[in-house]
Amino acid sequence: MERLAILLLVAVMVALALALARQRNLIAIAVLSGGYSLAAAAVMSLLDAIDVAFTEAAVGAGISLALMLAAIALATRPGQTDIAPHDGRRAAALVAALAVGAALLYATSGLPPLGDAAAPIHGHIGARFIAEGPVATGIPNMVTSVLASYRGYDTLGEVTVIFAAGVAVMALLRRGREET
Amino acid sequence: MSEQPLLRVVVRLLAPFILLFALYVQMHGEYGPGGGFQAGVIFAAGIIAYALVFGSARALRALPMGVFTAMVSLGVALYAAVGFATMIAGGGFLDYGAFDSQDPVHGQHIGIVAIELGVGITVAGSIAAVFFTFAQRARA
Repeated sequence: MERLAILLLVAVMVALALALARQRNLIAIAVLSGGYSLAAAAVMSLLDAIDVAFTEAAVGAGISLALMLAAIALATRPGQTDIAPHDGRRAAALVAALAVGAALLYATSGLPPLGDAAAPIHGHIGARFIAEGPVATGIPNMVTSVLASYRGYDTLGEVTVIFAAGVAVMALLRRGREET
Repeated sequence: MSEQPLLRVVVRLLAPFILLFALYVQMHGEYGPGGGFQAGVIFAAGIIAYALVFGSARALRALPMGVFTAMVSLGVALYAAVGFATMIAGGGFLDYGAFDSQDPVHGQHIGIVAIELGVGITVAGSIAAVFFTFAQRARA
């Protein structure tokens, strides 16, 4: 049942990707990519990766959409949100897309099957995090215990990246005091 | 800014609950899904939804731009401060167990709640600041 639901959602994602490729209007493209993220979030939640699904839904389907619409409003004139027509290099783009797609499909065949307990990623340090994490930190959500405690340095780095992104956007786009 | 009554009524009703839900996700991240990052995103989403419908000028009257710019650096500073606090308490950088020498699990809990708060503050501030920077620039 779960497998069927995942297949259905992946079919929806493929349909959305095809619609995205054909769409010429920037606002419609932003909304379609939000829908794509929402379907991806639903797949993640069916795979029991609730924290990832939550993030994908909030960031991919929510905030990214709002920021993309804000950027479109910033970069286009009202009513002129269509992207320029094709410039005749469609065949080259198709070949490039097919080649990358085929390479990725080929690479997938080298991955361990979904949910394989013997996959390399489960044999390393993950078992220790699962066994010790909730006990050593007293935090039942082991995703939080890994992100905040075991991987505290990485999370500090991630927050620094978000800080840098916010500062960079303000430094580039904020109007100076003398102009206002 | 929208003149549509349906959007105005729905967003006016929903916005406080979106902000409340963000605080719930922030405080409940240890037990359920979510944490500082998701909470910050949801908090910013609530403010942006309000700004999209009622205009950014009105949203910025409630929470001025200076608040968001301060939040951008405040969150990282809080996170890093927790790291130095654990060093002063006698542990390594971000070694939360040092907060409570009798009960390291309790120390871990204090540290994780504090750094998650730092994450939430910086994420909410950055996203809101980016959005309002775009919005003010577009209006000019």
